[in-house]
Amino acid sequence: MSELKVFIADDEEPARQRLKELLADFAGELPTRIVGEARNGIEVIENLPASGARVLLLDIEMPGMGGLEAARHLARLPGAPAVVFVTAHDEHAVEAFELNALDYLLKPVRAARLAAALRKASAAGPPAAERLERASGAREYFSVTERTRIVLVPVKEVVYLKAELKYVTLRTRTGEHLIEEPLVALEREFADRFVRIHRNCLVARAAIRRFDRTGGSDEEPHWNVILEGVAGGLPVSRRQWPVVKELVAERHE
Amino acid sequence: MIGTNLLALGAVIYAEPGWAQTLERYTRAAAMLEPVLLASLVVLYVASPWLAPMPYWRGCGIVLLVEIVLAALAHVLYAKGGSALVSGGLPRAVALAALATAVLLGYFRLMVRAYSPALAEARLQALQARIRPHFLFNSLNAVLSLVRRDPQRAERTLEDLADLFRELMADGRRFVRLADEIALLERYAAIEQLRLGERLRISWELDGAPSDALLPPMVLQPLLENAVYHGVEPATEVSEITVRIERRGDRVLARIENPYHKLEPAHRGNRMALENIRERLRLFFDAEATLVSKIEAGRYRVEIEIPYKSGGVHAA
Repeated sequence: MSELKVFIADDEEPARQRLKELLADFAGELPTRIVGEARNGIEVIENLPASGARVLLLDIEMPGMGGLEAARHLARLPGAPAVVFVTAHDEHAVEAFELNALDYLLKPVRAARLAAALRKASAAGPPAAERLERASGAREYFSVTERTRIVLVPVKEVVYLKAELKYVTLRTRTGEHLIEEPLVALEREFADRFVRIHRNCLVARAAIRRFDRTGGSDEEPHWNVILEGVAGGLPVSRRQWPVVKELVAERHE
Repeated sequence: MIGTNLLALGAVIYAEPGWAQTLERYTRAAAMLEPVLLASLVVLYVASPWLAPMPYWRGCGIVLLVEIVLAALAHVLYAKGGSALVSGGLPRAVALAALATAVLLGYFRLMVRAYSPALAEARLQALQARIRPHFLFNSLNAVLSLVRRDPQRAERTLEDLADLFRELMADGRRFVRLADEIALLERYAAIEQLRLGERLRISWELDGAPSDALLPPMVLQPLLENAVYHGVEPATEVSEITVRIERRGDRVLARIENPYHKLEPAHRGNRMALENIRERLRLFFDAEATLVSKIEAGRYRVEIEIPYKSGGVHAA
């Protein structure tokens, strides 16, 4: 039997150590090889794709980026690994898991349970993206999959999102990225952070500087939103203008 | 007494239309009322050893009876002297005395209910500090990882955990010595250090800590736990917590500081812990203890101030 390539992610060194010991314990029946380790979600994103891991043992509560979000980014990767979530006792996480029927192990993990989960997960393959989405809440990062690499773009750096044909353009102060997610879903996920100004455009509320009126004085007024760090304005549709205006009024109160 | 005087004042205000007359009549009424009230005080005080063990309602009955007898006696005496305690004869005086007594007894019962030690105790127990399950399971997991590599450290860690949980499950209604509470903080810190390794740094400033000071148990540990949970765990870099405890005159100050991170949804629940401690401090020290928290220059700081008391460890 060939070795199962396993990647371990946990912010606590003793926890990673424990998992390694358990894997070694049942190596006779289920041979495994550890191909990488990470202390947070960002390290997972950086190091997992090149590791060739088939299964990821993923802690939920990690600094910087937690396990749920990391799994969401990985789900888009070609040849994404199967995921076994591991959590101490986070009521919210456990609840989210049960609602979305994701498999998880509770710490401290038992060898027999770990072996069973590895077998089951490697047979089932990577978790379904939409289950992860429902379980994890709003992300801190957008991810752009570039062949076998994932580039993370912090959500807070994004000034606006614009739908163009199949893609959505993420505009940051320093550049642009393309992601393949529907704008409607993004609007729902980041309702706290972005507001729709047009059928095809969401802008970061925090980046709004002012509104410029366009069009002649005898026409019905049109408005452009001016965003911090971006030259030129973006048009606000007539339909969205009342919503946007309301929001800005709220902010100035 | 104050209660009855107020009642008398109320009655007079009700009876008299003008303010000037009101005052005059109140003085007159008070002069007549006071002997009755003083007599009641003496009688009830003398009788209190017999009254106290009685069932509540029988006690009330006897107090009522005493008051009626005293009022009747006073009425008869005053009548002999040519003045009247209340107009309208003996039955009216008796009825008023009974009414005033009943009202006051009712009021006292209400007060007792609100401030009863039993209730305070129940609240204390409910408020007893709770360690996060998250911490327990992660710690057990860390100990398991030590069992093979470093059995001695595993043993020490389990001993620390045992001490921590013993304190957590102990009676929360007593004082502990600051030295013991500090020892507990160090045990807790040792466990977290094992879990978090390099990421956690604690700087202890305890030179001015009065080891004999008394405080409620498990007041400082939840604050340190908060500092680790909110200040260290969400950070990828090394984070430093400062623990400073000192005596300033007749006060004891404890200050715990940690790097501040905006609360993620999963990491809320800090308010609860602080409210819990604040309430316990109030039950132990009333208004004499304070707990304040603030965010300053990227650091979160919580400060407790309690009166410096030393001596034997006893129930609160």
